[in-house]
Amino acid sequence: MSFQVMLQQLTTGFGSTLVIFFLTLLFSLPLGMVVYFGRVSRFKPLSWIVKAYISIMRGTPLMLQLLLWYFGPFYLWGMNIGGYKFTAIILGCSLNYAAYFAEIYRSGIESIPVGQYEAAQLLGYNKSQTFFKIVLPQVVKIVLPSVTNEVITLVKDTSLVYSVSYIEMFALAKQIAAAQTTVLPFVIAGVFYYVFNFVVAWVMEWLEKKMNYYR
Amino acid sequence: MSTNLLEMNHIKKQFDGLQVLKDVSIHVEEGEVLSIIGPSGSGKSTLLRCATLLTRIDGGEISYMGKKAIWTENGKVCMPSKNEIKDIQSYFGLVFQNFNLFPHFTVMKNITDAPIHVQKRNKDEVYKEARELLAKMGLSDKEDAYPYQLSGGQCQRVAIARALALNPKILFFDEPTSALDPELTGEVLRVIRSLADLHITMVIVTHEMNFAKDISDRVIFMDKGVIAVEGTPSEVFSSSNARMKEFLGKFHQGEK
Repeated sequence: MSFQVMLQQLTTGFGSTLVIFFLTLLFSLPLGMVVYFGRVSRFKPLSWIVKAYISIMRGTPLMLQLLLWYFGPFYLWGMNIGGYKFTAIILGCSLNYAAYFAEIYRSGIESIPVGQYEAAQLLGYNKSQTFFKIVLPQVVKIVLPSVTNEVITLVKDTSLVYSVSYIEMFALAKQIAAAQTTVLPFVIAGVFYYVFNFVVAWVMEWLEKKMNYYR
Repeated sequence: MSTNLLEMNHIKKQFDGLQVLKDVSIHVEEGEVLSIIGPSGSGKSTLLRCATLLTRIDGGEISYMGKKAIWTENGKVCMPSKNEIKDIQSYFGLVFQNFNLFPHFTVMKNITDAPIHVQKRNKDEVYKEARELLAKMGLSDKEDAYPYQLSGGQCQRVAIARALALNPKILFFDEPTSALDPELTGEVLRVIRSLADLHITMVIVTHEMNFAKDISDRVIFMDKGVIAVEGTPSEVFSSSNARMKEFLGKFHQGEK
């Protein structure tokens, strides 16, 4: 197999990697906010359940969770295993990352001084105005560096879906390497991951700079 | 008898078993400037926080313009409906010790956002009024600045403008100069004085004795959760109350 063909195949695989990456972000970023609200709910049973959820998501390997989402429905309900693989992957990744994002949001929201809420109350803002106008914009700035960390980890974590034999760049690299007895595909894949993360870091840094209009 | 703008009767408040306010009653008439002085821990800031509904009272009752904002019935704290509370809240404004400006808003947005989005007033009108307020505060050139670009004194003046922009009937000040160095204190006190000249009703918790003496129609000296002395500035500052004398003695000592 020529270098060019290898590159071509891996590029196609990288497309699948990107799809998993963007879909996971799309779902987990807002879902993290929902999880946060559950976590701090005054309705204790809900907050306990959500706390347990976060604990499990963070306390077990993502690969194991993916395997469970993949094989669970098959063994439990006899569902057709080929039919939902992609759904299982996006679900597994999103639920896992939402737990991390929820905790990042919580740290950000809790660092907003109580005086901001008091000032908002005195000025007559209602609860949702206070959250969306006063609190959230400040939280975004605070959590941006931590979110960047998670996003970069996610780029690399997409490779875990090879465990449920989903074909994306990493799985392809493994296949090609085995078939052609060469490490070249791994090197190429590594370059892909690195360059993409470089871009991610650059975009996030640009966002951080954009948020620097105030201190 | 005309109704008082603010009436607080038999206010009680405790934190973790510590009785911070023990049956305190105050009333404020329209146009009046009331200063509350006293040593740290005497309960003056708590009284202000109770008046502005930031802290919930344990007992007593608070009303604005004759409308009850909070009261107790058989030991239970009661408040009126959400709409009524909203209405009552629009009667008062509060200037905090540490300003609590919104750091991500420009000076102009800090002042205009609530009038536009809470009171739903006309944008152009609000901006025009805000510019007038900023001129009054000597901050006309700071419209587009962010709070971090301002000095403490400038921040506090913006905070005063922000509170005034909602046209409250009464303005509370919680130690408005305590976070400022002496140089910046003067500019804030000058602004508050100019408001007193306009007969804006104000309740000021302060450690600035000379200022309180000058500006107030009435002064309250609080000590250990009760009102120890109350009266005109000259009455209070020449009071024979032992605690008051001790407090003023310490203050004058510090001045020398």
